[in-house]
Amino acid sequence: MFRSLGEILILFQQVVRALPLAVRHSGKILTQFYEIGNASLLMACVLSMFIGGVLALQTGPVLANQGLSGSIGGLVGLSMCKELAPVMMAMLTAGRIGSAMAAEIGSMKVYQEIDALITMNINPVHYLVLPRMIAITLALPMLVVFAILAGWFGGALVSVGSSEIGISFAVYFNNLRELVDSGDVLNGIIKGAVFGIIIGTVSCHQGLKTTGGPRGIGHAVTRAVVNSLALILILDYFLTRILLFWD
Amino acid sequence: MNTAAQFTPLSGDTNTSLPGVRIQVENLKKSLGGMEILRGLSFEVEAGEIFVIMGPSGSGKSVLLRHLIGLESPDHGRILVNGHSIESPEVRSQYRMAMVFQSGALLNSLTVQENVGIYLKEHRLQTPNEIQKTVDEKLKLVGLTDIGHRYPSELSGGMRKRVAIARSLVIEPQLILYDEPTSELDPQSSGTIGKEILSLKHRIEVTSIVVSHDPELAIGIADRIAVINEGQIIFIGTTSEFKQTKDPMIHRLLYSDFKP
Repeated sequence: MFRSLGEILILFQQVVRALPLAVRHSGKILTQFYEIGNASLLMACVLSMFIGGVLALQTGPVLANQGLSGSIGGLVGLSMCKELAPVMMAMLTAGRIGSAMAAEIGSMKVYQEIDALITMNINPVHYLVLPRMIAITLALPMLVVFAILAGWFGGALVSVGSSEIGISFAVYFNNLRELVDSGDVLNGIIKGAVFGIIIGTVSCHQGLKTTGGPRGIGHAVTRAVVNSLALILILDYFLTRILLFWD
Repeated sequence: MNTAAQFTPLSGDTNTSLPGVRIQVENLKKSLGGMEILRGLSFEVEAGEIFVIMGPSGSGKSVLLRHLIGLESPDHGRILVNGHSIESPEVRSQYRMAMVFQSGALLNSLTVQENVGIYLKEHRLQTPNEIQKTVDEKLKLVGLTDIGHRYPSELSGGMRKRVAIARSLVIEPQLILYDEPTSELDPQSSGTIGKEILSLKHRIEVTSIVVSHDPELAIGIADRIAVINEGQIIFIGTTSEFKQTKDPMIHRLLYSDFKP
C-alpha cells in the first residue's frame, strides 16, 4: 500500500513538473475535457436533483414539526455545496471516468502501445497522463457547480411540492441566499478540484502499472475505482477540517 | 513458402539517413520473476548488418530485444551503441533507434496517418503539411496507399506490421529492431515484410536486428544468424554456415519433425 502511495505521489510530481508543457497538449486536454463532460453532465444533474430532493424529503418534515420549515433552503443549500455535490460527483467520476482512464491506459500498456511511445522518445506521462489530469481537475469542479445548482433545484421542487413541508419557492430561495455565500460554493469547487486530482492520478497510475492480459486490465480498473473512492472519503475528512479552519 | 529469392530488395527512394550503428552486447544477464531468462549473452552486430536472432518460444529473444532498445535494464552486463552504453541519456538523443513490435503496437485511438506521423508531431519536427507529405512517402515505401484515414482495427495483420515499419522509418533510424515480424502472417505477406527489411538495408544502410523463429525468413534476409536456447547463444554465424550446420540441437529447436 505504501509503495503504491509513493508511486502515486511520484506520478503526481511528474505531472506537476510537466505542467509547462500543457499548452502543447491543449488539443488532447480539450478532447478529454469534452469526453468527461459529455459522459457525466446529464447524469450529474439528474443525480444531484434527486439527492437535493431526498435531502429535503428527509429533513423537511422534521424541520416543519419544529416550526423551522423556512430553514430548509439553507440546509439543502449548504449540504449540497460543502459535501454532497463534491463527494457524489467525485464518486460518479471515479466510476465513469476513472475506470475508463485505467482501462484505456491499461490496455495500451498490455498491448505495448506505451512501449512503442517510449521507443519513439515520447514520454507517456506527458502524452497520456498530463492531458487527462488537467482535464479531470478542471472538469470535476465544473460538474460540482452544475450538481450544486441541480441539487438546490431538486430540494426546492420537493419543498414546494410536499404537503408535509409546503413552503414557496421564494421562502426556500430566500433562506438559501441568506445562509449560503460564495465561499460555500468555492468550498465545493476546491473539494472537486482536489478529488479530480486524486481520481486522475490514481486511475492513470493503475493503468500504467497494468500487467497481464484482459484480466490484468480488469484488476486495474477495479483497483482504480476502489482506491480512488477510499482516498476521496479519507481525504474528504481532512479537507473539510482544513476548509472549516479557513472559513 | 518463403525462399531467399523472394527477399530481393524493393526499389525505393534514395537514402538521406545517417549510417547504421554498431551494437555490442557483453555478458548480458537478466532474471524475471525468479527465472533466469538471459544467461550471459555476448555478441556484436556490425553497422548496416541484418542480424537475425532465432530460437524456440521462451528462449529469451524478445527480452533481449527489449534490452537492446532500452525498455529493460540488465541485471548484469552491458549494451553498447557505437561504443556508448545504451543506458546513458545521450544515446537516445544521439542515435535514432526504432522497434517494430510483434503486434505492431499501433495506437488504436489514432488513424494510420496519425500513427505514422506521431514522432514528428510530438517532437514538433515538421509542420502539419510536411508531416502529411512524409507520412504519405513512408506509407508508399511499404506499399500502402490510401489507408491513412483508417484505424488500426480496420487493417489486416500484415498491413498493421507494414504501418508499424512505416512509423519506424519516419524516425530515419540507424537501428531497427523487429520482434517476430512475420508471425501470424500468410506466406505472401511474410515475403513482402522480408523484402522490406532487406530493401531498408540497401536503401538507408540501417542496422537491423530481427527476432524470428521462421528459418525461411532468416535465411532469406540475414547477413548473420544467432540461435538462442534457454538464454544462451548456441550458434552464431553467417547464413551459409547456418544452412550447413549439422548440429542436431539446432535442427530440433528450429524445424518441426512433424510428418503427416
